[in-house]
Amino acid sequence: MSESVLTSEKGIGRSPAERHRPKGDGMRGFMSSSRSDYVILAIFALAVLTMPVWLAPIGAGYPDILQKFAIFGIFALGFNILFGFSGYLSFGHAAFLGTGSYAAVWMFKLLSMNALIAVVFAIVVAGIFALLIGYVSLRRSGIYFSILTLAFAQMSYNLAYSVLTPITNGETGLQTSRSDPRILDTMMGADPHILRTPDFFGIALQGWPGFYFCAILLILAFFVTMRIKNSTFGLMLFAIKSNQNRMNYTGFSTRPYLLAAFVISGMYAGLAGGLLAVTDPLAGADRMQWTASGEVVLMTILGGVGTLLGPVIGAAVMKYLEQIFSSFNEGFLHRSFDFLPTGLQDFVVTIVSPFVGEGWHLTLGLLFMIVVIFLPGGIMEGIAHLTRRFRKGETGGSGQTARTGH
Amino acid sequence: MGALAQTPFLSSSRKLLEGSLVGSMDAIILQILNGLDKGGAYALIALGLTLIFGTLGVVNFAHGALFMLGAFCSVTFARLLTISERVRDESVTFFEAYKEIPYLEVWYGDTGRAIVDWAVPLSILLAVPFMLLVGFAMERGLIRFFYKRSHAEQILVTFGLAIVLQEIVKYFFGANPIPLTAPPALAGSADVGALFGMPNVSYPMWRIVYFLFSLAVIAAVFAFLQLTTFGMVVRAGMADRETVGLLGINIGRKFTIVFGIAAVVAGLAGVMYTPILAPNYHLGMDFLVLSFVVVVVGGMGSLVGAVVAGFLLGILQSFASMTEVKDILPGIDQIIIYLVAVVVLLVRPRGLMGRKGVMES
Repeated sequence: MSESVLTSEKGIGRSPAERHRPKGDGMRGFMSSSRSDYVILAIFALAVLTMPVWLAPIGAGYPDILQKFAIFGIFALGFNILFGFSGYLSFGHAAFLGTGSYAAVWMFKLLSMNALIAVVFAIVVAGIFALLIGYVSLRRSGIYFSILTLAFAQMSYNLAYSVLTPITNGETGLQTSRSDPRILDTMMGADPHILRTPDFFGIALQGWPGFYFCAILLILAFFVTMRIKNSTFGLMLFAIKSNQNRMNYTGFSTRPYLLAAFVISGMYAGLAGGLLAVTDPLAGADRMQWTASGEVVLMTILGGVGTLLGPVIGAAVMKYLEQIFSSFNEGFLHRSFDFLPTGLQDFVVTIVSPFVGEGWHLTLGLLFMIVVIFLPGGIMEGIAHLTRRFRKGETGGSGQTARTGH
Repeated sequence: MGALAQTPFLSSSRKLLEGSLVGSMDAIILQILNGLDKGGAYALIALGLTLIFGTLGVVNFAHGALFMLGAFCSVTFARLLTISERVRDESVTFFEAYKEIPYLEVWYGDTGRAIVDWAVPLSILLAVPFMLLVGFAMERGLIRFFYKRSHAEQILVTFGLAIVLQEIVKYFFGANPIPLTAPPALAGSADVGALFGMPNVSYPMWRIVYFLFSLAVIAAVFAFLQLTTFGMVVRAGMADRETVGLLGINIGRKFTIVFGIAAVVAGLAGVMYTPILAPNYHLGMDFLVLSFVVVVVGGMGSLVGAVVAGFLLGILQSFASMTEVKDILPGIDQIIIYLVAVVVLLVRPRGLMGRKGVMES
């Protein structure tokens, strides 16, 4: 699945990357950068695969939530390729997430419960959809681009609810049923009339296998993103972000690069949508709503726009906060503030309760504002600040070494 | 309409044809009327958005939330007026029944009852100072720190603010829509058709009131901008902010006031809309996206454009929801506004009335 993304990225970026590299430290630079890349990748892979162990102490060591971390990590990674690298803020990315979900469920219905087929189809459909929308939307930039993507996403959402009901099953949402043909499964001799969960060549993707399936795809997606960031293609996107006019004056047509970035990030969203359908074979139009698009923007910002790791962290932090905050209720609060004297306890619970449970979105909105106001670089920038300060203290306040060290 | 296609040349069918033409004229007028009140709301929100964008250069995604806050001013005011006393219901004699009578009615009798009935229009009295305050607080507390930052960051922070505002409202008022009624004198339907010589066109009175109200607010805003010195400075600021600043005019103060005015306009739009659509906490979000589209279609930074596009898209939307149109293009009513926006952005990016060179990229 990822191969197709990978080759297309290679075709655009990788080979000229090697050609254009300055002669002086060219080979060395390339070698060392790629070696450190693989170190990062290895650490990342290790961290993702051992999440069940090291996230267990904070109560996130179960497959359902870790799966969400991985899926929305992929979504945010893809969004970051567009927004973080090229600076184009799409407010309609949820449309691709929804399309991916619908495509995957259709595969479950028509062909097979094999997750691989569904996910590949989801990526392809979302990619084509992104190509169409991107081709039109990228004729404009800045806020107009945001509004165009928003308009397209809202159109998709509205149509999914109304006219496209034969495809999307309207408000009920698309789901698998006993009467689906499932041609491939039938050919393989399976009884199509028994509803099964999505599988990966016989391994039912429930619980831990489900998580590892998503985790491996997340690692693959991370690898591809890393390659894109380090390629000339990635460099082009960053150049567009910093000064598009200059790019144009230099004689580059920026649109093909932007379109490629848009389609790739749409495919990531499709993959994430497909995986959502794998974890639960049900697709609804509410996945396409513009608040869902806003959510992925927040994840990316929260983690750190334009950084490699940031969006994944942002997605995980947000899904984690959503999980714990929305599960709190008043009784839980009373128990957790038990150590306080009664009057104070009631007071604290009254203050806190609007922010948890049903009120989780209030916390979300506040978080959104606080991050944008005080930490536009997100968690990654925060970490960088902290390490810089820490190092400064260590080396006796010589900022010079700290900066070069960074 | 069907008669048109069948036998238009037969004299016997002429009468039928005329009848259907008159019938379709009725339908057209009805659709235009339908579009006017919604268009009025779009126009008012878009006007504020444009005002803010033109002077402050800020993309305010929280403007829909201001509309929603206005609507909830109405709800609050109506609730304040109907704080009631529990009294024994004398009409029920079998058991002890109680009913609630608003204190206003207890104290002032019929005058009190009239005040309660007219709660929605009267809540303007609450909405204007409240929205002004909210606008000032928003500009001083948040927006002014974002003048120099990118549009993306402005969008994001105001989007966050919109979520916060709507969640606060949800916390206090619940998630369900709260219906309010128009004053009884304005609640019926009006024979507007009589004005055009069409006796069978009648239309809810309050919607017409809303349309006229929106026209009045728009006229007031334009009069303020055209006839006062302050308005002149604002218009100058919209044309060239830097120069106005260089001339020694305290733009900061002016910006705050402009933001306050825009908030009041959105709030008023919300106050009067409550009898048409029962407000709930995400009312603002629903209107915001559409209003943004309206601003883009009208032309970023063009006040007239915002108003014209608001009414135009409102009418267009109501035409698209006619069954005759939907039969030909199913689902068109759902997407028409976005479709128009896409076409306008691609063909004429500065919008219908946008000035050349303003935000055209």
